[in-house]
Amino acid sequence: MRADLRVIEPWVELNTQVLDLGCGDGTLLAYLQEKKKVLGYGLEIDQKQITSCIEKGVNVVEQDLDKKGLRNFADKQFDTVIMTQALQAIKRPDAMLEEMMRIGRQGIVTFPNFGYWRCRHYLLWHGKMPMSKTLPHTWYNTPNIHLCTFKDFEALCRQKNIKILNRTVVDANFEQSRFALMWPNLFAEFAVYRISR
Amino acid sequence: MSSTSVAQSSAENSVGIIKPKTIHFDQALELVCGKTLNQYDLIYETYGKLNADHSNAVLICHALSGDHHAAGYYAESDPKAGWWDSCIGPGKPVDTNEFFVVSLNNLGGCGGSTGPNTVNPETGKLFGPDFPIVTVKDWVESQARLADKLDIKTWSAVVGGSLGGMQALTWSLDYPDRIKHAVVIASTPKLTAQNIAFNEISRKAITSDPEFHDGHYYNLNTVPTKGLMLARMIGHITYLSDEAMGEKFGRERKSSAFNFNYGVEFEVESYLNFQGKRFSKTFDANTYLLMTRVLDYFDPAADFGGSLEQAFEKSKCGYLVVSFSTDWRFSPERSEQLVSAMVKAGKSVSYAEIDSQYGHDAFLIPTERYMSLFSAYMKRIAQEVNVNES
Repeated sequence: MRADLRVIEPWVELNTQVLDLGCGDGTLLAYLQEKKKVLGYGLEIDQKQITSCIEKGVNVVEQDLDKKGLRNFADKQFDTVIMTQALQAIKRPDAMLEEMMRIGRQGIVTFPNFGYWRCRHYLLWHGKMPMSKTLPHTWYNTPNIHLCTFKDFEALCRQKNIKILNRTVVDANFEQSRFALMWPNLFAEFAVYRISR
Repeated sequence: MSSTSVAQSSAENSVGIIKPKTIHFDQALELVCGKTLNQYDLIYETYGKLNADHSNAVLICHALSGDHHAAGYYAESDPKAGWWDSCIGPGKPVDTNEFFVVSLNNLGGCGGSTGPNTVNPETGKLFGPDFPIVTVKDWVESQARLADKLDIKTWSAVVGGSLGGMQALTWSLDYPDRIKHAVVIASTPKLTAQNIAFNEISRKAITSDPEFHDGHYYNLNTVPTKGLMLARMIGHITYLSDEAMGEKFGRERKSSAFNFNYGVEFEVESYLNFQGKRFSKTFDANTYLLMTRVLDYFDPAADFGGSLEQAFEKSKCGYLVVSFSTDWRFSPERSEQLVSAMVKAGKSVSYAEIDSQYGHDAFLIPTERYMSLFSAYMKRIAQEVNVNES
C-alpha cells in the first residue's frame, strides 16, 4: 500500500465527494472508494495513467491543470480536493491553492520538502542543485519547477488566510521519525497538509 | 482492403457472416412532433450471445449515414465489413465474447427500417417527404420497444459516436433504470450555429436539385443525385481535419501541368467527387434531410432551462466520454461541456481527448490509444456483468 494513503484516509469522510488533482494510476481514489465509499474523480494528463484509472474503475478526466485550471468546477463542489506530489510541478501553485479552496471544503496537499537536510547538504557540499531519489531530475529538465520548504508553504497559507488543520511530517518511507517530528523543516522529507478556509 | 475481406470474414476477430432481422411493431408510437406512427418496422442485427440473466446486452447507435450493419459480413464474398467492424467483434473493444450486441437502423433511415423510402401502410404509397420528422428521443423510445421485444430490461451499455452518442446520452436521461453505462464518443450536447449552418447548406443542395421534386422523386423514377452528392461532399469536409486532408491529398494533381479549366485536377477534388457519387447511389435524399434535422433539434438541456447539469440529475449510469483533438465538427470542448455537467451533477464519468489527426471521422478509425481506452472501459463493464451474474 502506498504510504501516504494511510495518512490521508482518516481525513476523508464516508460517502463524500473527492477530487484528486494529478491522480496518477488512481490508486488513492480506488482506496478511498473502497474504504470510504467516496464519489471520486481524478484529473490526469498521462495517457497510460488514464487507462489504468479506467481499468481500476476510477473516474478520471483528462485535464491539463496548467492549461485549463479548475474553472470548470463549481464553488464548494467537492468535500475534499487532494493534490499529492504535484504542487511543485504546477505553473502557479498559489493560484492553484486558491482554486482548491474555492471548489473544495477542505484540501489535502503533499509535497517534497526542499528544506530537507539532504537537499541543504547537497547544495552546500556540491554547490549544485540538489538531486535525490525523490527529486531525480536535473535542473534543466525537472518537472518540479516550484520547489519549496514547509516554511515557505506555511507562509503562503498564512498570506492567503488558509488554515492548516493538520500536518503530518514523514521521512522518505512515510514513517514518522522522532527527528522529523522535532525539526520537520530539516529532517522530514514530505509533509501531508490538511487545509481549509 | 477488399482483397483480404474474404479471409477477414472468417477470421477469428470477426463476428462472421451476419443476417439482419426485422421486427414489426403495431403499437402506435407518438412522436415528439405530435404525429403518430401507427405501425413500423425496425431492422437490426445482433452479434454475440445473450447471457442467462440478459445482463450483457450492448446497444450500438449509428450516426448520420450509418445503419444496422455495424459488424461482420453478409457473405463470404462480401468486400466490405459493417461500419464499426473495427470496434465490434471477438477481442475488440465491444467484445462479442462478452457482450450480446444489438445494432439497428433507426426510424427514418434508409437501411430497411420504416422511413421515407418505405411504404406507408395507411396510404399504400411510399412515405417520401411525408415521413414525420423524428427526434433522438423518438429513436430512444423505439429502441426501448426493440429492447422489450428482445427481452432486454437493462443495457449493460449504450454506445455511439457523433449522432450515436446523442442517443446514448438520451438513453441515460429518458431511461435511467434501463442503462448501466453510456459510451459517448465524438459527440456534443447540442449543435452550434456553425454545425447547423453546414446542415442547412447540405439540405439546400438536395432540395434545390431539379430532380428532388419536393421529395416525391421516387414516383418519378428519378433521384436527386447531384444534390445528395453535394451534400455528402460538404459533410465529408467537416468529418476530416485540415491536417488529415493535407496528409492524404496535399496539393497532389492528376497531371503535372494545369489544365486551365474547371475539371477535376486536384486529388482532393477527385476524392470528394468519388465519395459523393458513391454515397448518392446508396443513400436516400429524404433520409439525409431528416438526419440533419434530428441533429439540429438535439438539445437535452432545453427541457431544463438550458442547464445540462439539471438534465443529468436523473441519470444513474456511468459515462465514458471520448473526444478527438482535431475534430472540429464536435470539438473536444463540446465533450468537455458534457463532462463538466456530469461531474457537477455528481455522476460517474471518465473522459479522454484522443490525439488524432483524423478529425470527426476518428471515432471510426481504430487508433491505438482510442482502442485501449475503449477496451479498458468495456472490460470493466464486462467484469460488472460477470460479478452480478455469478
